[in-house]
Formats: sequence, structure tokens, C-alpha cells
Amino acid sequence: MRYIRPLSIEDAVGELAKAVGPAAILAGGSDLLVRMKGGFVEPELIVDIKRIGGLSDVTETAEGFRIGAAVPCAVLGENKALRKAWPGVVEAANLIGSKQVQGRCTITGNLCNASPAADSVPALVAAGAKAVVAGPSGKRTIAVETVPTGPGRTSLAKGEIVEAILLDKRPEHAGDAYLRFIPRTEMDIAVVSAGVNLTLDDKGAIKTARVALGAAAPTVLLVEEAGQVLVGSKLDEATMERLAKICSGACRPIDDKRGTIEFRRKVAGVLARRVAAIAYKRAGGK
Amino acid sequence: MAGVAVSTTINGDAVEYLCQPDETLLEVLRDRLGLTGAKEGCGTGDCGACSVIVDGRLVCSCLVLGAEAEGRKVETIEGMAHGDQLHPLQQKFLEHAALQCGICTPGFLIAAKDLLAKNPSPTEEEIRFGLAGNLCRCTGYDKIVRAVQDAANVMKGA
Repeated sequence: MRYIRPLSIEDAVGELAKAVGPAAILAGGSDLLVRMKGGFVEPELIVDIKRIGGLSDVTETAEGFRIGAAVPCAVLGENKALRKAWPGVVEAANLIGSKQVQGRCTITGNLCNASPAADSVPALVAAGAKAVVAGPSGKRTIAVETVPTGPGRTSLAKGEIVEAILLDKRPEHAGDAYLRFIPRTEMDIAVVSAGVNLTLDDKGAIKTARVALGAAAPTVLLVEEAGQVLVGSKLDEATMERLAKICSGACRPIDDKRGTIEFRRKVAGVLARRVAAIAYKRAGGK
Repeated sequence: MAGVAVSTTINGDAVEYLCQPDETLLEVLRDRLGLTGAKEGCGTGDCGACSVIVDGRLVCSCLVLGAEAEGRKVETIEGMAHGDQLHPLQQKFLEHAALQCGICTPGFLIAAKDLLAKNPSPTEEEIRFGLAGNLCRCTGYDKIVRAVQDAANVMKGA
């Protein structure tokens, strides 16, 4: 096995592209090292991306925020501007693991690990986040929901690296939120989860809405119909009931040790309602 | 496998070592450098017994490669006392009997040190939350929480 620490994204991409055996990208390692330890992956090449310029920075730009692929989730929680603009994304990122894990884990890793139960991903999908992908043929920017294609699988081609996550600048009257159901109070894997991102008009009616569900299907789900039903409303009871019904119906969950299909369907609807209410309040709605 | 040459700083001392690319920082500390304070409980980042601080961040050393320590500053339990002078947290752990078998203790002390560095006056809830990445199967945690509270008071007064 070889460990390398390239200083440029081009070098990292080049090494991954020409790798003959299995290769792995190392940022925080909180998934990779556990998988190596368990014998689930045996990379011949590990590309540590933490010394690549810009990948460990959160930058505020005219368009919004750029979160480098190697930024630990703890750093997101310490960034006041990001927390103010995207509280739902930050609260989701900060739910991943313990203090020790927070010091290492990244939202890009959470996305590319492609677990259906990844906590930050529903929040990112609801937020309309984009992933900047660097590869052998240059860079492209894609919607985060197009990265995971199934449990542990992504749409990334050989040699490609997600180098940053982009979040838009926030208009006025905007709010997002994320909640998950776990059987204990902290530090567990989501049984089912929901992220909602809203913008309101001057009268407090919902102008745009995106709703995403986690652990409810092989990938995190963007439930477009759920977003549509919220538009124009102020979250009256009838709208909330329709939201819950649509979310429950959109689930394609599995039965496993953490929850049954029936339970996940029901809780998806309940969480969607609660998350929408939090996002609405954060957006300044009454 | 070719070794990786690493230059790093551990508890303020410049340290150089050669390690295998898949060797964890925990393995390097324990097996190559003789710093056996950090313990391997689970090896998968769940128990916190291997906690160390790298560049001011609390991490599980079982989830860090030894090669990643290049140019970093690593703090381990061995750097906590000054000679015979125990750190207030160590002293209070003894006074409150906040340990029994002791396997989790170095990790708890490092995590508590990191917690108090960032939040010198934590509430009980903040202590419990801050130390939730460390598992103890002996004490039931209450004595640990009380020791940390007491140490925080002592350190504020110092």
C-alpha cells in the first residue's frame, strides 16, 4: 500500500486516474479507516487530500459559501456566518458522531460514502448544494443529490474527487432545518431523517421549498412533490397533513434492526412536518 | 511495503519515525514510540480510549494514520502532568475516584482537557455531551462528571 499527500488537486486526480489497484481518498478517515480495519476495503493507494490548497477552508464568496472537501464538521459549527446562513446544514453536519469524530469527519466524505442514512446529505440536498468535482477532464459542478447512486456507490468516475461543496448566498426570509429519529438521544445512525429548506415572500407565504428524506430509500431522496405542496402556504394544518402524506408515500425504506418499513414511513411524515415548522420559523414566518 | 518517514511534534518534543502507510497513529504511539497511555478499546472510533489532540482538535488516534501526523502537533496523556505535578483533572479524577479499571481514563482526561480548553465553565449537560465520545463501563459516569466539574472550578481559580 502507498500513502501520498499531493499538494495540488491536479496531482491528486492524476494519481487516482493512473492507479492500477483499488484507491481511496482520505480526508477525515472516519469512514475509510473503519472500513479498512474491518477488511471491507483494501486500498493499494491512499490519497490524503488535506494538504491541497483551499481544501481545508470555508470561504464566503459573492455567490455564497465554498466548503473545502477536507474541512472537518467541527469547523462548520464554529463558523458563525455559515451557521447563520445555513443552520440546518450545520446542525446536520454536527450530528455526525462524537467530538472526536467531529474533529475529523467531513460533509464531502459523508456525501461520497453514500450511506442512505448520512446525516448531512438530506440537509445539503434540501439546501440545493452543489458539489465541485475535479477529474481527469477538468472540473464540473453538479447537484449533490446526483453523487450517491446507491448504498456505498457514487456517480464519480475513476480519478474524480469532490473538492468542495457550494451553498448559495441566502436571500432574506430563508431558513433550513434537519431532524433525524434515533432511539437514543445522541450519537446514533438515523432510522429516518428529513431536511427542509424554505424561502418566504414578504407576506410570510412560502415562495420556494425543498424537502429531502434520509434513510428512507437506497439514496437520500429529494421529494419534489413535497416541496411543491408547501409553496404558497403558511404551513396551515391541511398543508402539513399533505406534506406528511407525500413524504410517507415517497419513502422506499427497508426493514432492518433499526426500524421497520411501516415505522419509517410514518416517522418520515412526522419529521417532515416538524422540520418544515422549524425551517419556517427560522425564515421569519409566523 | 515502503515505510513513510514522519516528522512531527508530540507533547512539545520533535519526534521522527518510520511507519507503514496503513499504520494508525495509535499503533505508532503505542508500538513504535512506547507511549502506551492511549488505549485501543474498539479501534473504530466509538469508545474514545485512544483520544489524543492533533493541532488543537480532539480525535481518536485509531482513526488517524501515523503518516498523517507529519508536521502536526500531537498531545497525548503522557504530556498532561508536569513531572510529578498532576494536571488538576488528573488530581480530581483521583480524589473523586473517577476511575476503576482505568482503561478509559487517559481518553477521558484528554477529552476533558480539550473540553475545558474550549469551555472553561461547562454545565453538567455540556460535560456529559462533551465526553459522550468516551465510553466507561465501570464508573457510571457520575464520578467522572463531578471530577471534571471540580477540576473546572480549580482551574478557573488558578
